[in-house]
Amino acid sequence: MTLIECKKLTKKYGNHTALSNISLQIESGHIIGLLGPNGSGKTTLIKLITGLLAPSSGSVYVNGQPVGPDSKSHISYLPDHSYLNGSMRVRDILNFFDDFYEDFDSMRAFDMLAKLQINPNHKLKTLSKGTQEKVQLILVMSRRANLYILDEPIAGVDPAARDYILNTILSNYDESASILISTHLISDIENILDEVIFIQNGTLHTHAGVDDLRQKENNSIDTIFREVFKC
Amino acid sequence: MPWNLNSDRPIFIQIIEKIQMDIISGLYQPGDKLPSVRDLAQKASVNPNTMQKALSELERTGLVYSQRTSGRFITEDTAMIDNLKSELAKEIITQFLDNMEKLGIEKEEAISLISQISKGDGHDTD
Repeated sequence: MTLIECKKLTKKYGNHTALSNISLQIESGHIIGLLGPNGSGKTTLIKLITGLLAPSSGSVYVNGQPVGPDSKSHISYLPDHSYLNGSMRVRDILNFFDDFYEDFDSMRAFDMLAKLQINPNHKLKTLSKGTQEKVQLILVMSRRANLYILDEPIAGVDPAARDYILNTILSNYDESASILISTHLISDIENILDEVIFIQNGTLHTHAGVDDLRQKENNSIDTIFREVFKC
Repeated sequence: MPWNLNSDRPIFIQIIEKIQMDIISGLYQPGDKLPSVRDLAQKASVNPNTMQKALSELERTGLVYSQRTSGRFITEDTAMIDNLKSELAKEIITQFLDNMEKLGIEKEEAISLISQISKGDGHDTD
């Protein structure tokens, strides 16, 4: 089933074209890496899918419906900047999410906090940067959504916690859901991906299955990325 | 990662090789039930779809068969497993001889080297 469909999507900021004529489809049940150099348009694409930006032209459909309040309830989104109130305790933020989202699973969230040894009584701003990122990821992954969109989810997190988080992602998402992950840490996540999307200067460079790409190029996705986007 | 998969070759092929190895080495006995796709995927830290693809391929070759509701099992055809074993052995030896040739060591010399070294090992364990 098609979860996301982008048709000739273009986004301009004034004179600057951030995304140009992107058409792509994302099926349900897949984990997709959204990869591209800095400023290539990854976050713009994500914000168009989540409805935080309106396209200059073209359209986005989620579950066959145009982006709107309904599509937002199906998407669990981890933005690249935190929007949480730092003076709230972790426990209260979890309760806040529980009030806000019907599909939020508190048990799962508290369970993950315990596994990562995060004290729910601490205020968010007293936690280290990496720990704050873990809390945000726990919030996002504790929803039972159709689509998880993670913008740079593991950049500030140590390698051991990264493994735990990736395993959490693998074990928690159900087969009808898809996960779109934007990151620069390709070698850390490439083994869990089904597909990659390469974006270059706002245009779609490649959209392919990872194993097909490895077979064709005889290289890891990380190496292919370094070659395609060589400076 | 306990499965030690390499990113520069297709992951599903490496999973196939790993499970073949586990069957040959006897870790999985003929007729054993395989863990579920999800459990295996988690153990290997790979995507369940990739694991599914590898298992379907193993099923196609007959090494693994699925029983509709109860899961996947290792073949009870021991001749097939023996066949696979000798095929793999041939492959490893061919590769070894190729590497020796790159070192400038001819077949006969390589064979005598093997018997020397394996005798040496025998002394160590005596």
